[in-house]
Amino acid sequence: MSELEELTACFGSAGGDVKALADAGFAHLAASGHRILSSRTVEGLEVKARETWNGIAARVTVKKGVKLRNPVHMCFGVLHKKGTQKIDMEVTLEEGASAHFIAHCIFPKAEKVRHIMDARVDIGEGAEMRYSETHYHGPHGGVEVVPKLSVQVGQNGRYFTDFTLTTGRVGKLDIDYTVEAGENAVAELTARVFGHATDDIHIRDRVLLAGKNARSIIKTRVAIEDDATAEVTGITEGNAAGARGHVDCMEIVKDRAAARAVPIVQVNDPGAKVTHEAAIGSVDKRQMETLMAHGLTPEEAVDVIVKGILK
Amino acid sequence: MALLEIKDLVYETKAHHSTRILDGLSLSVESGEVHALIGTNGTGKSTLASVIMGCEGYGPASGDAIFDGSSLAGLKVHERARLGITMAWQEPVRFEGITVSQYLSLRNDSGRPARYIELVGLSAERYGARMVDRSLSGGERKRIELASLLALKPKLAILDEPDSGIDMLSTQDIINVIAAFKAGGSAVLLITHREEIAVIADRASQLCGGRIVCAGNPANVAEHYKSRHCNICTGRECHYV
Repeated sequence: MSELEELTACFGSAGGDVKALADAGFAHLAASGHRILSSRTVEGLEVKARETWNGIAARVTVKKGVKLRNPVHMCFGVLHKKGTQKIDMEVTLEEGASAHFIAHCIFPKAEKVRHIMDARVDIGEGAEMRYSETHYHGPHGGVEVVPKLSVQVGQNGRYFTDFTLTTGRVGKLDIDYTVEAGENAVAELTARVFGHATDDIHIRDRVLLAGKNARSIIKTRVAIEDDATAEVTGITEGNAAGARGHVDCMEIVKDRAAARAVPIVQVNDPGAKVTHEAAIGSVDKRQMETLMAHGLTPEEAVDVIVKGILK
Repeated sequence: MALLEIKDLVYETKAHHSTRILDGLSLSVESGEVHALIGTNGTGKSTLASVIMGCEGYGPASGDAIFDGSSLAGLKVHERARLGITMAWQEPVRFEGITVSQYLSLRNDSGRPARYIELVGLSAERYGARMVDRSLSGGERKRIELASLLALKPKLAILDEPDSGIDMLSTQDIINVIAAFKAGGSAVLLITHREEIAVIADRASQLCGGRIVCAGNPANVAEHYKSRHCNICTGRECHYV
């Protein structure tokens, strides 16, 4: 089986749409470790990807006014027990463009694997980008995931990102996202992570509401069990009139796990408003009792609640 | 034999200065009957519901609760639920990531959540795929909770103020839901402080000062409730408005 076939098989068994990789109507980029295995583009989308001495560099541009009908699939992974994958990416959505990127990051056998992503995103005036990143990790906990992202959202632009790591062991996760939103721009950052054993989770989301009437929400849902640890920092700064931001963090803690939430809200303009809420601790007693009153055992009730918040 | 028989139930808060909330309360609910429990705020109605359901921290100091011939002592909430008791809290909690249809199918094999959504006066088409989260209004969430209980087909449904948070125009919907429980063979312990709801019951009991002070015909109990008169307690609670 070739590396591409193996990656495709893992992608499929992890819930990815294998047909999309073969369909000429869908753009994609597939890479294993430092090797680009396959790529395809569609009209209005420019992808310049190359292998570098220490990873993969990609420049992705969605041309002015182009609204991609189908999502762009990105399939990254390290299929071996050991390895490093460093991805340097620049994404530009020109004025009025719109695209949905779906990234699958696959590390099924990882015992000592590093996955480093350094991405810069520029969303032009009136453009919209959706970025969904889902990780599929094996059971060994030997993955270190370090995604760093810097996003500029132009006037009337919209940016939505959704990070999910709920399958397999997390290993070590260190997310660092910063988004600057211009006038009337919208930014929505969501992360869902389920940590087990000794997994170590750090999530730092920062939104700067720089333009008038810019709006944002940072939503984080983390469940941890065994001896896992998590620290979630949600930062929103309201720096212009009419800016509205909200930070919403929920962490469910089981066993000997330990969680910490650090919401930082700052307003530098009297016309801005930023709010936050954080719920951290064991599963809500009333939710438990409500489900138990439906006949679920305590274990079943916890399972329903945790799966629900991570969905 | 009554479906639920409560005898001399005493419940005290576990705080340093414990307060007796239920003070030798006795009550019975027959199979298939709607039994209204009325009383002013703070008389122990919701506490009684939590004690019957077996919620954490609501273990009685003394007294018995017999359900369908078996003692409920020591049973956890889900064990009582599996005997056929269920409960709708006054303020139902929200759940992220669970649709209304999934919520109604948590533990029943009816496979027809739509039917129960319609029974509480909502459109199954509009609500089936919605999340049981904060996107629902308080009134919508209460209706969904009632629908989920109907889907369980319990022997006894404890409804803690099902009408609160529901607009006055929808009172008839709540009455219809209670009728649906009865039609499905469920008994209902209907907790309310609204006499127009209480009078639809087969029987009623007035709770005051942690005891049942009047029981029987709902209209008579409602009249007694309105009179703010009580022969058992000191009268302080009964006259509290």
